[in-house]
Order: sequence, then structure tokens, then C-alpha cells
Amino acid sequence: MNWLLLFPIIFPLSGAFFLYLFRKNTMAVTGISWMVATFGMVASIGLMHRVYSYGPQAASLGNWPAPFGIVFVADLLSAAMVSVTWVIALGIVIYSAAELHSSLSYSRSHLLIQFLLTGVNGAFLTGDLFNLYVWFEVMLIASFGLIALDADATRIHGSIKYVFLNLISTLAFLLAIGLLYGATGMLNLAGLHLKTAYLSPGLIFFLSGLFLFSFSVKSGLFPVFAWLPASYHTLPSSIAALFAALLTKVGIYAMIRVFTLVLPFEGSIWQHILIVMSGLTMLTGVLGAASRFTVKRILSFHIISQVGYIIIGIALYTPLALAGSILYLIHHIIVKANLFLIGGVLNRKFGSDHLSQMGGVYKHFPLLAVLFMIPAFSLAGFPPLSGFWSKFAVIRAGLETGHHVLAATALIVGVLTLYSMLKIWNQAFWERPPENGAAVMPAPMKEMVLYLVPIGTFALMTIFIGLWAEPVFRYADRAAMQLLDPALYVKTVLGGAP
Amino acid sequence: MKSVIFKTTAHLVIGIMLLFSLYLLFRGHNEPGGGFIGALIAVIAFALLTFSESPGYVRQRIHFSPGMIALTGVGISTGSGLLAAFSGSDYLTGIWWKAVVPMGTPLLFDIGVYLAVTGAVLSILLDMAEELL
Repeated sequence: MNWLLLFPIIFPLSGAFFLYLFRKNTMAVTGISWMVATFGMVASIGLMHRVYSYGPQAASLGNWPAPFGIVFVADLLSAAMVSVTWVIALGIVIYSAAELHSSLSYSRSHLLIQFLLTGVNGAFLTGDLFNLYVWFEVMLIASFGLIALDADATRIHGSIKYVFLNLISTLAFLLAIGLLYGATGMLNLAGLHLKTAYLSPGLIFFLSGLFLFSFSVKSGLFPVFAWLPASYHTLPSSIAALFAALLTKVGIYAMIRVFTLVLPFEGSIWQHILIVMSGLTMLTGVLGAASRFTVKRILSFHIISQVGYIIIGIALYTPLALAGSILYLIHHIIVKANLFLIGGVLNRKFGSDHLSQMGGVYKHFPLLAVLFMIPAFSLAGFPPLSGFWSKFAVIRAGLETGHHVLAATALIVGVLTLYSMLKIWNQAFWERPPENGAAVMPAPMKEMVLYLVPIGTFALMTIFIGLWAEPVFRYADRAAMQLLDPALYVKTVLGGAP
Repeated sequence: MKSVIFKTTAHLVIGIMLLFSLYLLFRGHNEPGGGFIGALIAVIAFALLTFSESPGYVRQRIHFSPGMIALTGVGISTGSGLLAAFSGSDYLTGIWWKAVVPMGTPLLFDIGVYLAVTGAVLSILLDMAEELL
């Protein structure tokens, strides 16, 4: 039995319970939240180590054997995703102790963060298609709650698109699951892998389309990303960072899982459509970002364009491309969360999120400027930061498979990304503050430490992945191999207890 | 629309509905039913009471806050799975006390679900009713 697989779910669930018990005591809430995140991180890194050394791990819930009961499976991809989730979670609960401290619903936000983490980790670890849907729902309900806390009219307005589009995609997902179950009589992912080969091509085509639509909405792909920029910029920075880091990534993870394990879509028309979609996603995202002038809006649009890069890797479906995707996922989660957190500090300093209200951070606060430069340049793909290697792998895969237009688009989008990062840099860090703008608000030392510790840690991780890219890439490469050759995964799940 | 007939029958019917919801909860062990569906029936009963009396009346009568009920349910469900750890088996594995009573941790899990769903739906219902009524 592998309790290690279940800790990422059990910890936040029990954490939520205790958070509710001590909800009146702010200190206790902070303490519990930090403790749960630390435990989660330790357990998930332990899990990653275990998977790396001994191969994929499986645990059957309630001791029901695999194709009938629900199993939790961790292969290299899941383990890495869970680990990076907990690292981000720890950073965000530390940061929110400072940012949300004075908000009315401080303990409720921490409670919902724990529920969100339960959903995210469940989705990463489950080996059952319907269970994946359930974790999606847990995650979505928690995120609806987080949006609605202390909401004003703009926030509710933004969240309506979010709720509506996500609901439609969830319905499509459920429909696809129902059809697949009707055709195969099975929901276990590994079991489905063995069975879907016998389905009729028409059904496979239709099901792939449904799954693709549903996961496209969740991960914010080109025609259906409207919910993302509409809602993210209304949230407090710590919550926006959490959403930016995790929500779309769960959609991408589900896409990788389903299209490698259940319905391998290599050579089908959906693959070509996904290639086109990834290019358009990159372009629209980055153009949207270039036309916005508040930090959070710019960053929200950048999520979309970065998701495009990750999708390239999935769409190309070669080992190098998938490895690039996985590396990109990890890099993107860290960098994007970090940028949102820095945006929150700017917001705190200037009392506004609009670029025209900012200025002179470099002069007064050089440390923050350096800390901003690292993720910003990493996002744009500057060597030797983490973004460079992930972009390099994805673009190289594009060239190898002869998708020159796609590779060129990716390069141009990189330049445009740099443009909007420079826009923030010039306005907020370099130029003088506006004459009529509000004065820089001083923040107490203790609060600044809580802000800067996660930001600094994430920046260090970005540098680390950049400088020691080889072991990280080797990990991603092995993970991609496991995805493309699921025999080991299937054996772990179905072939008796490990 | 505070009709005396509605009020009086509501109080009678609610008792039966709550009993039925518990019946569904325990029946769910081997037959259709279970914590989730039982909880929904219970919430319908409370909804009836909300309309015939007032949201405040329901809050007062259930004594515990809906959030407390929901989180207790989550705690019980999570804990019932953890009990399996003491016998060294998988998470959520059923442990039975068949020698004493024909019950085990699956029932405990279901009771947790029952409380969680009751609490969660009730808190939404009461909040909305207070805003609308």
C-alpha cells in the first residue's frame, strides 16, 4: 500500500477541517495552512523520489482491485506536477498571510485554498476517468468560492464567464465519459488504454473531439479562452497566482493524459487541429497582452500565450516535444505564479494595478526589480533561465517535424512576450512615478518579508532550472517516454499490487 | 403566504421526510440510496421549513451552523478512511465489526457524506433564502 500517493489528498482535506475548527484565530489559521503545505510538499517530493527510483506507483482505494475500483497512480509526470503544486501552494499560503491578512474572509480563503489543492492533486493522481471529473468539480467549486469571497460587482461580472464556460466544458467532459463508458464498460485509464483500440474510428473521432473541446476550455486554448482574462484580473494577487499556476495546468495535464493513454491521437485530424490551435493561442494571447495596461491583465493574457507553447509539445507528439511540454509546464507554473505575486507587491506599493500609476521601483526598491527581472526574462525565453530551455525544446521539436511556420510563430511570440514584459519594466520600474500619482505606500518589514520569501524562492528555482537544466530535462524526457509507451503504467495499475 | 394549513402540515411532513432521509442513508449500504441522496432529502425537508417558517427559524432549530455540519462531515469521511491505516490496509478499506453489529467504516464514511452534503447545501439555501425572502 502506498500511503504516499494519498497524502497529497488527505493532508489538505484534514487541513480544511482543522482550519474550520480554528477559523476565529488568525494565527492558528496561518499556522495550519503553512503546516499542511509543508507536509504536502515533503510527501509529494518523497513520492517523486520514489517514482523516479522505482517506477510508477499505484494505490487502490478501499482495496478494490484495479479495473473496478478507483486507483491512484503516480508516474513521473503526475509526481512532478504534484510536487510543483505543493511548492507553489506553500509559497502562496505564506504570501497570502501578508496580502489577505486584513481581508474579511481570511480563514475562509485558506479553507477554500485547501479544497482547491485537494481537487488539483486528486486530478493529477487519479487513474480513473470519472474520478478525474470529480476532482475537476472539486477544484472548480473551490475556485468559484474563492472568486466569490469578498466579491464586488466587477468580480462577479468576471466570474460569470468563468462559471459559464467551465460548466459547458464540464458537461462535454461528462458526456464524453458517459459515451466512453457505454462503449467500453470501463473507466479505469489503464484499462481503457487496452480497450479503446477496438472502438470504431467514428466513435474515437467523436470522443476525441469532445475531450479536446472540454480540455481546451479548461486550459484556455484559442477560441474558448474568454473566461480566463475576464476573471483573473479581478482577484487578489495570491489567489490569481494560485489560479494562474494551477487551474489551466490541470486541463493541460488531463489533455496529455487522455490523448496519450486513452485515445492516442497521433495522425488523426485532431492532431492537426491542435497544432493550428496552439499557434493561434500563442498569437492571440500575446497580442492581447500587448494591448493591456494593467499588470494583472497583461499577465492573464500571457498565461494563454504560454499555454499555446505547452500545447505545441502535446500536438507534435514526439518524445522531444512532449519532454519540452513537461519542462514548460513546470517552468510556467513557477514563473507565472511568481509574476503574479510580484504584481501583487506592486499593487500594494502603489495602491493600483494600472501601469500609469507606477514608477521608480528600481530606484527605491532594487531588490524587487531584480526579482522581477528573473521571471520576466525567463517568461520571454532568455538564456540561461528556465524559459529558454523549455522554449528551445519545443521549437526544436517543431523544426524537426517540419512545422516551420509553427516554430517561427513561437519565436515571434517570444519577442512579443519580451515587449510586454519590457512595458511593465519601463513603466513600473524604470520611469519616474507620475506627478499626480499616489505616493508609494510604505509596508512594514514583517509584511515585506512574507511577500519576498516566496518571490525570492520561486526566482531561485527559475535560475536553478535554467542552470542545471540537464537533470530536469532528463526527468522530463523520462516522463515523456513513460507517456508515449504506457506499457509500464498499465502494468503497474492492472498487473497486481506493486 | 403564511397559511396555517401549510405551516401545520409542513411540520408533520418534515418529520417523515427526515426519517425517510435517514432510512435512505442506512439503506444505501446494500441497495440504492446512501449519504448523498439521503442528505438531499433532508435538505428538502429543511427547505420546506424555511418557506413555511423563516430562514432564521431553521438556523435556530438546527442549532449548529451549516458550515460546522459540513466540515464535521468532511472530517468524519476523511477520518473513516484513515482508520484503515491501523489495520495496515489501503485508504478507505472497509473495516467491519460484524461480530458486534453489522456495520463498519463504510457506514461512517456515508454518514460523513450525509453531513457534508446537508451542511453545504443548507448553507447555500439559507444564505439565498435570507437574501430573497
